[in-house]
Amino acid sequence: MARAVSRNTKIGYTIAAWFVALLIFFPILYTIITSLKTEQEAISGFNLIPSFTLQSYEDVQSQYNYIRPFMNSVIIAVGSTILALIVAIPAAWAMAFSPTKRTKDILMWMLSTKMMPAVAVLVPIYLIFLRTGLMDTRIGLTVMLMLINLPIVVWMLYTYFREIPGEILEAARMDGATLGQEIVYVLTPMAVPGIASTLLLNIILAWNESFWTIQLTTTNAAPLSAFIASFSSPQGLFWAKLSAASVMAIAPILIMGWFSQKQLVRGLTFGAVK
Amino acid sequence: MSMMWRSLMGACAATALVFPAVAETITIATVNNGDMIRMQKMTKSFTDANPDIQLEWVTLEENILRERVTTDIATSGGQYDVLTIGTYEVPIWAAQDWLVALDDLGDDYDVDDLLPPVRAALSVEDTLYAVPFYAESAMVMYRTDLAEAAGVTISENPTWTEIKAAAEAMTDKGSETYGICLRGKPGWGENMAFLTAMSNSYGARWFDPEWNPQFDSAEWNETLTDYLDLMTNYGPPGASSNGFNENLSLFQQGKCGIWIDATVAASFVTDPANSTVADKVGFAKFPNKDGVDNHGNWLWAWSLAIPSSSNSPDAAKKFVAWATSKAYTEEVAAAEGWRAAPPGTRTSLYENAEYQAEAPFAAMTLTAIEAANTQKSSVQDIPYTGGQFVAIPEFQGIGTAVGQQFSAALAGQMSATDALAAAQANTTREMTRAGYIK
Repeated sequence: MARAVSRNTKIGYTIAAWFVALLIFFPILYTIITSLKTEQEAISGFNLIPSFTLQSYEDVQSQYNYIRPFMNSVIIAVGSTILALIVAIPAAWAMAFSPTKRTKDILMWMLSTKMMPAVAVLVPIYLIFLRTGLMDTRIGLTVMLMLINLPIVVWMLYTYFREIPGEILEAARMDGATLGQEIVYVLTPMAVPGIASTLLLNIILAWNESFWTIQLTTTNAAPLSAFIASFSSPQGLFWAKLSAASVMAIAPILIMGWFSQKQLVRGLTFGAVK
Repeated sequence: MSMMWRSLMGACAATALVFPAVAETITIATVNNGDMIRMQKMTKSFTDANPDIQLEWVTLEENILRERVTTDIATSGGQYDVLTIGTYEVPIWAAQDWLVALDDLGDDYDVDDLLPPVRAALSVEDTLYAVPFYAESAMVMYRTDLAEAAGVTISENPTWTEIKAAAEAMTDKGSETYGICLRGKPGWGENMAFLTAMSNSYGARWFDPEWNPQFDSAEWNETLTDYLDLMTNYGPPGASSNGFNENLSLFQQGKCGIWIDATVAASFVTDPANSTVADKVGFAKFPNKDGVDNHGNWLWAWSLAIPSSSNSPDAAKKFVAWATSKAYTEEVAAAEGWRAAPPGTRTSLYENAEYQAEAPFAAMTLTAIEAANTQKSSVQDIPYTGGQFVAIPEFQGIGTAVGQQFSAALAGQMSATDALAAAQANTTREMTRAGYIK
């Protein structure tokens, strides 16, 4: 009897989980469906059965070269993530293993910069980019995205590092390891799941960023967010094309997320159960 | 030594040969619509004739473009050499010295061929600051078959009374045929473009000469009450979410008896490839209230302008002159037929028999544009210019806030009286803050 109830509960949980998963995935699914419709079908109301035309994809590709914004997205997302890790690993190490009275305040202050609306600093940042020649460059955007995602990266790494016993690092020091060796050969291998999930999450955040990537680029460094924005129009039918452009923009990150979901989940639950 | 001199001289000569061949690049910021996309495809003739000029395109959504370009001009960024802007921005930006005057586009440009209302809307103190790529007014588009079946006629100069009677006669909600489709989606360029034009035709105005909002006037009350009455009784369900594109789709699917909107829609609804009612569409002027000589004064022109921060103003001038020339129109017609020619900008296009034959909406589009007076859009005294908008920088915010109140009234969340009272209070507060009301 107890087994039967348990199985029913399991089935209930499974159905609930599938329902929630479908609910979360539905906007992406509907975007994919819309991209396979004609423009007329796309605007004529809710319909889950498309005519499976690839016309919108052809139109998008003929209108714009997808490769350039795609390559910009890859370079900017990966570059800003690596740069952020280079800065954040030592910072998180210091905060986790050599905390001071003000460490928590510094962490809170770093996080508080994320609470400010981006548009509030648009003009100063814009002027800095203009004066320093960083406008519409991949380097400028890489640095910008690194800076805006740095608080999250530091916070995540700090949380993972705190789970690593300080005694292990002390033992390494006793064995004569230098600070650099301690971070590279002891700390980093132990925190690989956490670093991997931080890396993946930061790539996703950088890939999806649309405010600064549109404001600070024109043609040379414009990534896929600018590519999508170019397909919206107040007059004329464009929903199917916009959906096709969106699918082309999210497909790489979706595929990457699919293949790395184990590492992502492992990292995000790292230290959750002791 | 002589070897070194020879090498240096050779290098100098090579440099001198190479430098003229380096092309000047101009960056063009534009919006995504059919005519603009076509222009991007047609640029070969320009680049062939001007091998020293290279074109880079930045296509953005209209509001993002406006935001992006405003930041760039305000900071003298110089990221763009040619901007696609509308009749709303031109007078405001020109007054700020943000745009280059376009009074020297060459002898063969034929500036006098531009339609006078469009030229006026893009000029400040008789100086042209942008050149029109395509222009539109607003008019009535209606189903001739439904009108005939219902036994009603719509004259070329309809009144709102006539429109209401026709909408009532054509409505058959059982078969999803709605007598009238109008914009309901909130936004200064969405429902407020329509409602401002409608209010003009009712004799209303946004502000009196001292900039006091006029939503408490009898004219605005009548405008909004009649709009809500039309849409509630004869409009489609969920109309408060409908903008240009949604109504276009409804009309093309045969679900609207009457649609009053931008003249550019005429080419879409009469296109057999996309419209199920392509051969059953009639056109009439934007309606007016009985006794008020005003047909809304809707006028919009997507235009090309050169920001004063441009690093290549001369090359940019060459481009805008080419893209808005008679020769460009002829190139489009040769490549894709006269129906595809950018409408509403030049008198010569409307004198062209081939265009008239291919575009059944040509005559009414011209009539609508010629009737638009953006310098005095209301029959009452007003301190502003602009047709379906008020050409002041604050209008985007105020227009959208008022549009939200009116859209809420259409959705049944508040009465017309409450929406007008909220609009009056909100607009008075914003205009006082902005220093218009002393």
